[in-house]
Amino acid sequence: MAKYIVKRILLLIPVIIGVSFIVFGLLELSPGDPARNILGTNASPEEVTALREEMGLNDPFLVRYGRFLKDLVLHGDLGDSYISRTPVVEEIASRAGYTFKLAVFAIIIAIVIGIPFGIISAVKQYSLFDNITMVFALLGICMPVFWLGLLLILLFSVHLGWLPSSGFDTLPQMILPSIALAAQSVSVITRMTRSSMLEVVRQDYIRTVRAKGQKEKVVIMRHALGNALIPILTTIGTQFGQLLGGAVMTEVIFSIPGVGRLMVDSIMMRDTPMVMGCILFVAVAFAIVNLIVDLLYSFVDPRIKSQFS
Amino acid sequence: MENLLEIKNLSIEYDTDERANKAVNNLNLKIREGETLGFVGETGAGKTTTALGIMRLVPDPPGKIVSGEIYFEGENLLQKSEKEMRTIRGNKISMIFQDPMTSLNPIMTVGEQIQEVIELHQNLAKDELRKKAEEMLETVGIRKERFDDYPHQFSGGMKQRVVIAMALACNPKLIIADEPTTALDVTIQAQVLELMKELKDKFNTSMLLITHDLGVVAETCDYVAIMYAGSSLEYGNVERLYNNPLHPYTVGLFNSIPSLDEDKEKLDVIPGTPPDPANLPTGCRFHPRCSRCMEICKKSIPKTIEVEKGHFVSCFLYDKEIKEGK
Repeated sequence: MAKYIVKRILLLIPVIIGVSFIVFGLLELSPGDPARNILGTNASPEEVTALREEMGLNDPFLVRYGRFLKDLVLHGDLGDSYISRTPVVEEIASRAGYTFKLAVFAIIIAIVIGIPFGIISAVKQYSLFDNITMVFALLGICMPVFWLGLLLILLFSVHLGWLPSSGFDTLPQMILPSIALAAQSVSVITRMTRSSMLEVVRQDYIRTVRAKGQKEKVVIMRHALGNALIPILTTIGTQFGQLLGGAVMTEVIFSIPGVGRLMVDSIMMRDTPMVMGCILFVAVAFAIVNLIVDLLYSFVDPRIKSQFS
Repeated sequence: MENLLEIKNLSIEYDTDERANKAVNNLNLKIREGETLGFVGETGAGKTTTALGIMRLVPDPPGKIVSGEIYFEGENLLQKSEKEMRTIRGNKISMIFQDPMTSLNPIMTVGEQIQEVIELHQNLAKDELRKKAEEMLETVGIRKERFDDYPHQFSGGMKQRVVIAMALACNPKLIIADEPTTALDVTIQAQVLELMKELKDKFNTSMLLITHDLGVVAETCDYVAIMYAGSSLEYGNVERLYNNPLHPYTVGLFNSIPSLDEDKEKLDVIPGTPPDPANLPTGCRFHPRCSRCMEICKKSIPKTIEVEKGHFVSCFLYDKEIKEGK
């Protein structure tokens, strides 16, 4: 098992190199000049040229990418922001907490609602409960976060005045953004739980358990859910990864100073080091979540565990 | 001997939106204590549905027991509550399923799965539970050290042994074995059958053996019922029925078995295919395929007649009134 974990962590290296190269390249191809952005439109061409030289922007693409990698590998340094001049690592670290907290809250909401609703829907397939749940699940998938977020703010902050509409430090502040962000994941997890359970409850071994005289509750919760869990876990993993990287809309609407917002702002400003930092954060977070999910598989399914040893 | 199980006029349907599939039609059967009844028929004859009906495990929806009675130890199972049924399933009546590959839970050790059924029906302490489960493993010829192994670490024949251990763990009165050897290699088939026979005698259990193998029936069963389109066409003592098959369908089944002594280019087959359960023929269900079909067979359903002692057949050919009236 330990060997497997080490192998998976080493596999992160090519992922990081690949992701960083592509993003670096994309930023290179996109129009706009960081030096011009920093100095503003009133600066003279001479000043801009001088700043470009100072920032090393005149060097060839591969030289600059090499420098970026060298700093990252040797010093764990992602450079300084072009705009604020503060180290990228510090800036991301100060904001990662918000993003992480938001994603964790959202995924907890999604799991706590999604799995039970999915199970009941599967057990009572085509019932009124199932139909209503599926309509809401479809709505949740179709509803864009920014729209749902605005509606929530309108209802709970503006009209009812129950909950604050911005910030993410106190518990009341966390409720609306977490719900807005969770909506899609709730729907995806509900649907996945339902279809995975539907497949399992028709298996022969479920019939075997019933033939033993086992209670229906145990049949469903222990035997069926246990076997249905692998695809559900996979979905939770991808959803959590997406929540970590894709909370941009939610962070903007609810004015949360998270990594997603930082990334959008930095892209607007052509702040290459900051964009690189944000994207690497998301990529690594995604990869780690996936690793954890893969490791969890082996606890759920002994057939997978035997492959590790 | 007492009737342990008696099925009277049982009908089971699978209702879908467009059609009602009549899987079991007016079936009558009985099994006495310690007796093995072979339940023979083609695919789709309603054998498995009958078995699930006895266990009250017909998947609903779409399945429904439409009418009839199933008496077990003198009590009608169809009037029992779900809670009462749970004390019977796995305890007094247990089932061995067709495909051992899929009938064990892949994420539980085989030991736990055997233990589960004992825990449900017997009041034993935890260490006793494990001991009893280990004993059952040894009974079916698996070393008890394999208690903590998972189903994927066993071969098909071994898995079927585990299923048998599970079925026998609570000393049931009746075992329903649904084609227990169909999914196994021929050599393993013989082993498993031998094991089942041995354990059945040891525990004095009755058995309903579902199969489409007439050879297996001859070897293991005391009585045999021939199923066709959801009802029994012929029922009787194995020896009598094999020596003197009466119903044209039964005769056809025996004729379709290749003989070692004869040199034939082609096997004798029964012409046609089994009827569509949603659209059963009128009169005798078998008449469209029957070589000795008469006018009356197309119109009315034949009564069951006891031709010799303990040998019943549902066919107008043996109905004296019809014969004489003609």
